[in-house]
Amino acid sequence: MAKTHVSTTINGEPVEFLCDPTQSLLDVLRDNLGLTGSKEGCGSGDCGACSVTLDNRLVCSCLILAPEAEGHSIRTIEGMAQGDQLHPLQQKFVELAALQCGICTPGFLVASKALLDRNPDPTETEIRYWLAGNLCRCTGYDKIIRAVMEVAADMREAAR
Amino acid sequence: MMNDVRYMAPSTLDEAAGALAAANGAGRILAGGTDLLVQMRAGVVSPGVIIDVKKIAEMTTIEAVGGGFRIGAAVSGAVVGEHAALRQAWPGVVEAINLIGSKQIQGRASAGGNLCNASPAADSVPALVAAAATVTIHGPKGRREVPVEKIHAGPGRTTLERGEIVVSFTLPPRAPGSADAYLRLIPRTEMDIAVVGCGVNLTVQGGTCTSARVGLGAVAPTVLLVEDAAQALIGSRLDDKALDAAAAACRAVCKPINDKRGTIAYRTKIAGVLLKRATAIALERAGRH
Ligand SMILES: Cc1cc2nc3c(=O)[nH]c(=O)nc-3n(C[C@H](O)[C@H](O)[C@H](O)COP(=O)(O)OP(=O)(O)OC[C@H]3O[C@@H](n4cnc5c(N)ncnc54)[C@H](O)[C@@H]3O)c2cc1C
Ligand code: FES
Ligand code: FES
Repeated sequence: MAKTHVSTTINGEPVEFLCDPTQSLLDVLRDNLGLTGSKEGCGSGDCGACSVTLDNRLVCSCLILAPEAEGHSIRTIEGMAQGDQLHPLQQKFVELAALQCGICTPGFLVASKALLDRNPDPTETEIRYWLAGNLCRCTGYDKIIRAVMEVAADMREAAR
Repeated sequence: MMNDVRYMAPSTLDEAAGALAAANGAGRILAGGTDLLVQMRAGVVSPGVIIDVKKIAEMTTIEAVGGGFRIGAAVSGAVVGEHAALRQAWPGVVEAINLIGSKQIQGRASAGGNLCNASPAADSVPALVAAAATVTIHGPKGRREVPVEKIHAGPGRTTLERGEIVVSFTLPPRAPGSADAYLRLIPRTEMDIAVVGCGVNLTVQGGTCTSARVGLGAVAPTVLLVEDAAQALIGSRLDDKALDAAAAACRAVCKPINDKRGTIAYRTKIAGVLLKRATAIALERAGRH
């Protein structure tokens, strides 16, 4: 079976890979490229654990064929911290215990960052709707929502 | 997933339609993939050729044309929602498209995919039917233009012929005092399949409704254009009597399924309720134009 050659950009770095034409982007990230931060919760677009951005647009990597990444720019959870320096969202999730088992966490972080990049001052309702495509079986969501609200407030304060 | 599959991303419609026709029924168009990939994973479909249309400019752009709009069939919901002029002219169409799935799904899902997947509960379709949208179809025999309500043939089935691709939707120019609205009922507040969906499109002049169209989803094997409901509204001042008559017309066309989301009696009743509520929203919006 012929493999498809794909050239793309992942977390700012040019990347090339070979894949099966129907392999999902999520599987390539995890299995071919060793980027196992993005998780598979459902494989059907329902849980958001596989969230990444494609050309700065939040998407489910389980519902993208790896060849569709050709020529585009992908960002994953692995690109969020700067070396040892956690992103403020990551830091706040730790401080506020906005995670338990952690399998949903990369998806929530990527989705929350996509929200704050677009809207630095979201209401609680906007945050809840924005994150409706991310499921968590452990936390009950409240701590996650608080963490995003606090980071948004901190970032606005810092931007003054 | 199956392995002997070919993926292609042509940049012209002729190439895409040619490949689709040549695949002899084993080809599938890929727009956002939010239905197709789920179905492939579930083993419901296993295409031999996947034809990604997102490199075809005509299918991935929104244009203001002749007082109306042309929306590429593969434009994502997120992009539709960011188009200020479109939102202003067709708030109901935009809200219907933006109801599809989560933010992640919105990043990919298209109105063309929503239509061609042919679910009776597809959220964008009742709004597009109410809007009198037409679709431009490109196929091996050339192009044709048909009203959007002619595309659904039954659950999962369309009237598209072999090799035909939906290129774009055209929304007509707006008369002053026009607006539309879409409402769906779901058991949750987000991420669910419509129990009933209702799109209403009105023109109101001097308090009198001069034109109306009503689209109903999830109450029959295909999305319905409810002409009797529109007739009940046209010529009225959208008073209770007219609304009751239009709601009755909506209930009369319902042939819904009975399932865990809603019984036949419930869906039928809700069709009338949503008609009234969507009409009220469209009326309020029309007053602002
Ligand atoms: C988690 C989740 C939530 C969802 N929520 C909703 C919801 O709330 N409401 C709703 O209505 N739907 C919902 N859906 C279903 C789906 O997202 C929508 O139907 C979406 O609009 C499909 O568009 P797409 O571009 O992803 O289509 P694709 O998956 O790319 O295509 C769908 C089908 O149409 C065909 N096709 C696509 N484009 C064309 C074209 N231009 N010409 C000819 N054939 C074409 C494809 O071959 C395929 O058979 C949901 C799906 C998921 C996974
Ligand atoms: S794994 Fe992609 S949405 Fe659940
Ligand atoms: S922390 Fe376990 S699923 Fe969210």
